[in-house]
Amino acid sequence: MWRHCLVSGIAVWLAGTLPAGAFIAYVSNEKSNTVSVIDTDKWAVIKTIKVGQRPRGIEFTKDGKFVLVAVGDDDTIQMIDTATQQVADTLPSGPDPELFIQDKAGKILYVANENDNTVTVIDIERRARVGEVQVGVEPEGMAISPDGRFLINTSETTNMAHFIDTAARQIVANVLVDARPRFAEFKRDGSELWVSSEIGGTVAIIDPVKHTVTTKITFNIPGMRKEAIQPVGISIVADGKTAFIALGPANRVAVVDAASHQVTKYLLVGQRVWHMAFTPDEKFLLVTNGVSNDVSVIDVAALKVVKTIQVGELPWGITIAKQ
Amino acid sequence: MIRLLVGVVFGLSALVTTALAADPVEIGIGYLRRAGVKPTLSMVEQPAENDGVAGARLAIDDNNTTGKFLNQHFTLEEFRLKDGDDAAKAAAALADRNIAFIIADLPADSLLKAADALRGRGTVLFNAGAIDDRLREEDCRTNVIHVAPTRSMLADGLAQYLVWKQWKRWMLVVGSHDEDRLFAEALRRSATRFGAKIVQERVFDDTGGARRTDSGVTLIQRQMPVFTQQAPVYDILVAADESEVFASYLPYRTWDPRPVAGSAGLVPKSWDPAQDQWGAVQMQNRFLKLNSRRMTALDMQAWTAARMIGEAVSRVNSSDSKTVLDFLKGPDFSIAAFKGQRLTLRAWNLQLRQPILLVDGRMVVSVSPQEGFLHQVSELDTLGVDQPETKCKLH
Repeated sequence: MWRHCLVSGIAVWLAGTLPAGAFIAYVSNEKSNTVSVIDTDKWAVIKTIKVGQRPRGIEFTKDGKFVLVAVGDDDTIQMIDTATQQVADTLPSGPDPELFIQDKAGKILYVANENDNTVTVIDIERRARVGEVQVGVEPEGMAISPDGRFLINTSETTNMAHFIDTAARQIVANVLVDARPRFAEFKRDGSELWVSSEIGGTVAIIDPVKHTVTTKITFNIPGMRKEAIQPVGISIVADGKTAFIALGPANRVAVVDAASHQVTKYLLVGQRVWHMAFTPDEKFLLVTNGVSNDVSVIDVAALKVVKTIQVGELPWGITIAKQ
Repeated sequence: MIRLLVGVVFGLSALVTTALAADPVEIGIGYLRRAGVKPTLSMVEQPAENDGVAGARLAIDDNNTTGKFLNQHFTLEEFRLKDGDDAAKAAAALADRNIAFIIADLPADSLLKAADALRGRGTVLFNAGAIDDRLREEDCRTNVIHVAPTRSMLADGLAQYLVWKQWKRWMLVVGSHDEDRLFAEALRRSATRFGAKIVQERVFDDTGGARRTDSGVTLIQRQMPVFTQQAPVYDILVAADESEVFASYLPYRTWDPRPVAGSAGLVPKSWDPAQDQWGAVQMQNRFLKLNSRRMTALDMQAWTAARMIGEAVSRVNSSDSKTVLDFLKGPDFSIAAFKGQRLTLRAWNLQLRQPILLVDGRMVVSVSPQEGFLHQVSELDTLGVDQPETKCKLH
């Protein structure tokens, strides 16, 4: 209740200070089998698109023509045409796709197949599967190094970040992290790889050259039991100074000094915060709250939650681009 | 075809890497099983011949998938006791073959005999099958890690939900066998702990007889309403019938229209085939693919035990049982087991903390601990005997 009052109070104040420019956000709703489309000028859902079963991982293609959404229970990735805002095609992802990542050119898509211990390699234009790599048990998190040379996959039960050479499509290194690694993100300069461990409750900072964990970020929220702190989504701003880490059922996003790896602030968002995406100008960070069925908007400069937007049931993934 | 090809290429490269590296760390895990299978009232619940060990086999596969990246290799040595076999001898025989970790699905007394036979030999037992509280209390052992939940954890998990649901007046029906009485004792303790009231207790005597008969239903339909009539006002009938004599006959047959919980109706368990939260679907699918059946609580307890060993070995990169045991007992150990949070060991009696599922045979109705049952250390410690009350003295 208090949160609602606060948010609506700020919303009134915001009426003058927002909008953020013409951006559009797509949010996958895991339970309702829909994608909510949010206009960041209005901070409102302007359309709800029906998709396949259990939509989770979601990403704009590099050319902005499509939004790809992994519909795990249909064993495929659907392509939403951003012009018509309808599902236009599918990609042969392999069983139970969850998270995926594109190469720099936007031609190749790498998909984590949870049921199969594989990463599937897809040629987006040809809509064809062109290879696969065997990884650990329950592959999930995916990242690609800024130079495009290494694909990272995290496996949830094996508890590793696998470094895969994108040219040879072979694993070249494995780094053990804490339990149930779910998400991986590079600093934009490629100097660090961050991997969140949901059950371990930590974020490992990995040296991508030496393939070693250099430090671990831990979280300590007074009054919050340790088991509830479950880091998932990671977003690091382009200048590499500040990072945001979604803490799952702790209902908070941690703000981290990305140089010292110290938590500087916890932002209260909705219930069970999963994944996040910046607006392209990096003024705002949008985060999905799985249990409260909404998206929180964080003002990146002010480090404040400024808005809550109701979406579908169990929102999970989010992607944002220019309209 | 492409898929096959890529698989082969990758397989070969893995082989090359392994060949260049040192010999893999070999970890043999024993699996010691009790004789016989317990008959159940419901055909659906009749355990499969490989109940339990099937979970351990899946965990070995999972450990080896990880192991291929770490140059570690796990094998499972299965040993099933026959009636009259000595569990202590079987455990010692496994230890003689340099097996440092044994997953045990044994009754309490056999487990203790096995534990005492292994004392000082460095072999660790993982209790996957015995829920007796005494094994974690007055009869606790330094060389036994308990993966199965206790009766008191199961009873507390159920009681928290019933109290949350405001079904606080229980009619308790207890079977006439020892383990039924132990479960009833755990339920009484839970009622006192969480503020439920047992308005009446009745004993259902086991007078023998077949579980399956050609005209049984007619008789049961007459017996059960009569057995439950003239009860004081109550909200829910709680049955303690681990022996599978009567509880499954109670739902829909009570004199008063009341729900049933405990050994039938809403049942507290460590795992259920219907559990699909927290990434469990992948695990359920892997199990189904390997074993062509659904995963039971015992399967999950055995899987968790073998994964705990795999997890510890991957962290310490050693097969030495003392090093592994020290890690398991230490502050850095936790295991992910599709229960929505990390599971850790209670240092004072080596019991694995875990949420308890409440299931009705088709769905997971709820998961305890329930919201609002707080604890200064871990909310999972609101389930079962807690440190201040423990009678366990390790060492």
